[in-house]
Amino acid sequence: MEHIVIIGNGISGVTAARHIRKLSDKKITIISAETEYFFSRTALMYVYMGHMKFEHTQPYENWFWKKNRIELKKGFVKEVKDASKELVFASGETMNYDKLIIATGSKPNKFGWPGQDLEGVMGMYHKQDLENLEKYAPNNKACNRAVIVGGGLIGIELAEMLRSRDIPVTFLVREKSFWNGVLPAGESEMINRHIKEHHIDLRLGVNLQEIKSDESGKVKSIIIKETGEEIPCTVVGLTAGVSPNVDFLKDSNIELGRGVKVNRRLETNIPDIYAIGDCAEQHEAIGQRRPIEAVWYTGRMMGETLAQTLCGNPKDYNPGHWFNSAKFLDIEYQTYGWVWAQPKENEARFYWEHSDGKICIHINYDKNTNEFIGINTFGIRMRHHSFDAWLNEKRSVEYVLEHLADANFDPEFYKLHEKDIVAKFNQENNTNIQLKKRSWKRIFQFS
Amino acid sequence: MKTIQNLGLSIFLLGLAIFTILPFIGSYEISSEKLEEIVNNKGIKSELFIEDLKTTTVGKEFSDPFSFSSNITSAIANANVTHKEKSEWDKVIWDKPHSFSYQIAKDVGGGPVKENKGLFWFLTFGLGIIGALLYIIPGVVTLGPAGIKNNGIWFNAATNRGWIGWFAFVFLVGFYVLLYFFPDYIVNWTYVVDPFSESLSGNMASQWFLYGFLYCTVMTVMAIRMYIKYRHNKYQILRTTSVLFFQIVFAFLIPEILVRFEKPWYDFKNAFPLDYDFFFKWNLDDLIANGGFGLFILVWGIVLTVVIVPIMVYFFGKRWYCSWVCGCGGLAETLGDPYRQLSDKSLKSWQVERWLIHGVLVFAIAMTGITLYAYFTGADAVSGIKTQTIQDIYGFLIGSIFAGVIGTGFYPIFGNRVWCRFGCPLAAYLGIIQRFKSKFRITTNGGQCISCGNCSTYCEQGIDVRAYAQKGQNIVRSSCVGCGICSAVCPRGVLKLENGSDDGSTRYETPEVILGNDIDLFEMLEENK
Ligand SMILES: Cc1cc2nc3c(=O)[nH]c(=O)nc-3n(C[C@H](O)[C@H](O)[C@H](O)COP(=O)(O)OP(=O)(O)OC[C@H]3O[C@@H](n4cnc5c(N)ncnc54)[C@H](O)[C@@H]3O)c2cc1C
Ligand code: SF4
Ligand code: SF4
Repeated sequence: MEHIVIIGNGISGVTAARHIRKLSDKKITIISAETEYFFSRTALMYVYMGHMKFEHTQPYENWFWKKNRIELKKGFVKEVKDASKELVFASGETMNYDKLIIATGSKPNKFGWPGQDLEGVMGMYHKQDLENLEKYAPNNKACNRAVIVGGGLIGIELAEMLRSRDIPVTFLVREKSFWNGVLPAGESEMINRHIKEHHIDLRLGVNLQEIKSDESGKVKSIIIKETGEEIPCTVVGLTAGVSPNVDFLKDSNIELGRGVKVNRRLETNIPDIYAIGDCAEQHEAIGQRRPIEAVWYTGRMMGETLAQTLCGNPKDYNPGHWFNSAKFLDIEYQTYGWVWAQPKENEARFYWEHSDGKICIHINYDKNTNEFIGINTFGIRMRHHSFDAWLNEKRSVEYVLEHLADANFDPEFYKLHEKDIVAKFNQENNTNIQLKKRSWKRIFQFS
Repeated sequence: MKTIQNLGLSIFLLGLAIFTILPFIGSYEISSEKLEEIVNNKGIKSELFIEDLKTTTVGKEFSDPFSFSSNITSAIANANVTHKEKSEWDKVIWDKPHSFSYQIAKDVGGGPVKENKGLFWFLTFGLGIIGALLYIIPGVVTLGPAGIKNNGIWFNAATNRGWIGWFAFVFLVGFYVLLYFFPDYIVNWTYVVDPFSESLSGNMASQWFLYGFLYCTVMTVMAIRMYIKYRHNKYQILRTTSVLFFQIVFAFLIPEILVRFEKPWYDFKNAFPLDYDFFFKWNLDDLIANGGFGLFILVWGIVLTVVIVPIMVYFFGKRWYCSWVCGCGGLAETLGDPYRQLSDKSLKSWQVERWLIHGVLVFAIAMTGITLYAYFTGADAVSGIKTQTIQDIYGFLIGSIFAGVIGTGFYPIFGNRVWCRFGCPLAAYLGIIQRFKSKFRITTNGGQCISCGNCSTYCEQGIDVRAYAQKGQNIVRSSCVGCGICSAVCPRGVLKLENGSDDGSTRYETPEVILGNDIDLFEMLEENK
């Protein structure tokens, strides 16, 4: 029986295993150095915040693996010997494979800051980071201030986590406005305001100079590069992005870029070795996507695709239209299609913001053809299916606005804003778009 | 703000302590005239019983209800043993001993509580309400900007099955046991609400009036908590208002006012088979004896269950009843909200749930069938089983133990919908319709789920919502009461409760492209089911 070995029990590796099991009878082993059972990394924050217990982050009950004959092995793989199809563990053990799937995810970036390995400095990626945070920042007595370095999605989550225990937080963001490499100015400023509303000391446009230590090797303070200001703190969170967790492959024959290089079939340069999830790097970007995409659903899709390939139904990885979502403290964010921070040459923009300053949408469309390109939505939930269909059908911005009510996904009885939105568009563009009433028929027209 | 909250908590605990002490005080004395009056009113023929009470109880003052009641209940028991042995059936006292003793104690009880009903209402209910509100209302500020604020729920001993939870459990179970089985011990509690009862129905408060009053009070206070906690969520606000309205007006005020006009006590929204004694002989006789109005209730009760309930479930799902109208649901969604995360999500518990709840439904229907058969044929037993026995078993096991003691008492341990999930026969009936023929579903928003598990954790019905959401599959489950909390807590906007079209495929299935990957996901989803 063919033995498929998967390194990494994150969403990508586990999805691959589950689908291989559904499609075949192969022997499957999942290896992880992190935890015994699969858990949802995206939910780590909720454990620290007391919304959930760690066990709630595990999507499958513990009996699931045995029942589905998926073997779990805890251990750290330190070497892949592709010639003999063998893995070497840190413990010295070895394991043979027929096919190997590398799904080792990411690790937090560290940019060689002085003091980055002190006690009390941590990333927020693995379960061990959570345990560290619990150790160094159990409450605001043990931790009188935390400094977070790096203004991305994980940084703001970490800030929210610490604030849930009333720990004072200073948030260092290199950019002039929060996440403005991804978000256009309007949205970015809205989030700046919201961060401050949550009593987070947001510092924009600053970099970390160094982290200072006390006599015992623990964090004492940090220094800001631009101003030289010293901020006393006991915990430093490093959240300046992530990069593929592939160091253990450096000495193998597997081709690496920043991640493990793969083609659309998710194959590496070595036969029978594949890579999926955060650690996989496409030779060529797919559409406008980045070659490495460290998001949850792409890991899942790669896992599903690869399972098909390995079970005799070769498939290209084809992630479809870009979408994503996040939550900035209390403000939910969803995006469908592309809305760049800066409009491209052919693009026109439409921005609407509610007077309470917590709800907005931003639509991107083609100046010349009026084709809809993408939407950012904050504080309004929108229907994935609707936008996916409209992008497929290459609908115009007028069409999208006319049918915007179909796409609303807020809970029932919420105040609807489509009328205001369309009115503002009409006013700005001298158009006369009439909002159509929501139609179940259109909404559920699945093809 | 913290100080106000702590002050509130202290006041609340003081009120609770006084409430707890009340059953232990007071004076109970029965005079020989009083005894004679009771004997005459009740038509008691047992001289043994009368003699017994005369020697042990009459003319003596008791300073707590326990020894007083125990004299009465043992007098009943002793007398009955002898009468039954001698087959003196007309002398046997058929009343439930503790109900009998309740009536006497309520009548002859005295002491500070009875003399100062208003004061003691304030010291118990009043302090409880004021304290709770002082604790709850500062949440507007302390919770921070509006949004989902479940911080610390799993660290708090009250909400993580910690010692406070166990303490609340013991307290609630104790309360229900007293309420259902020992009303004679809690006459003091009923005194404090007498003024309300008298102004509504003209009668002194029974233990059920006390329960109804307490129920409405608790729901109102905890509804205010809901309004604050979910102030950004209109669905939650409207739903809370709706359950509160139906509880206060339909379950509490209207029935009491009906009694004032000498009509039968009836809760117009309480549908059979939740209202399991609707077809019992005494109720049918009572309704029929009441002429036109009684008949109207009879017809309404049948139409409610047979026509209105299923049609509404078809259009809106069972939520229209379970989390917008029902009293049990109302308490679960207000008092029970802090405990929703404690419901068991395992596959095992789902299996247990399906057996239990459908078992109760079968039991309820069988019991009603036998009851009606007996009613129309005049037999008092069907193939050797006495209808009375079945009704008593059902009333005890399901009506009291399951719905009350376990259903609410176990909130702090098993979550707030134990009864609704495992026991309610009406929920089972609604669920079957919801599962197979309804427009209601929880739509999953394509590929947006990040499997975080908030939805499953906070589903009071123990549904593993995430298991569906992460596959891009809609949630169509018989047990979903449509509370909307899974949708509220989802950080990625993945879930929407909606009444769409009911054609099978759109309700259950997901379009293949939606997950982004154009491999044949459609087929996979089919296999996944
Ligand atoms: C705090 C946080 C919040 C996030 N929120 C979101 C979000 O909201 N939405 C979103 O789309 N994405 C989010 N992400 C990103 C998302 O979690 C990742 O994209 C996803 O988990 C990647 O899955 P994966 O299977 O590729 O790898 P991982 O989940 O990283 O799993 C890899 C596993 O392999 C193990 N491993 C690595 N090397 C070895 C080795 N040599 N031997 C043995 N085991 C090894 C690791 O320990 C790890 O357990 C978040 C990430 C974090 C950290
Ligand atoms: S699935 Fe959602 S709406 Fe239904 S009962 Fe559970 S939490 Fe409530
Ligand atoms: S809460 Fe939302 S994102 Fe989290 S598992 Fe449930 S549906 Fe998915």
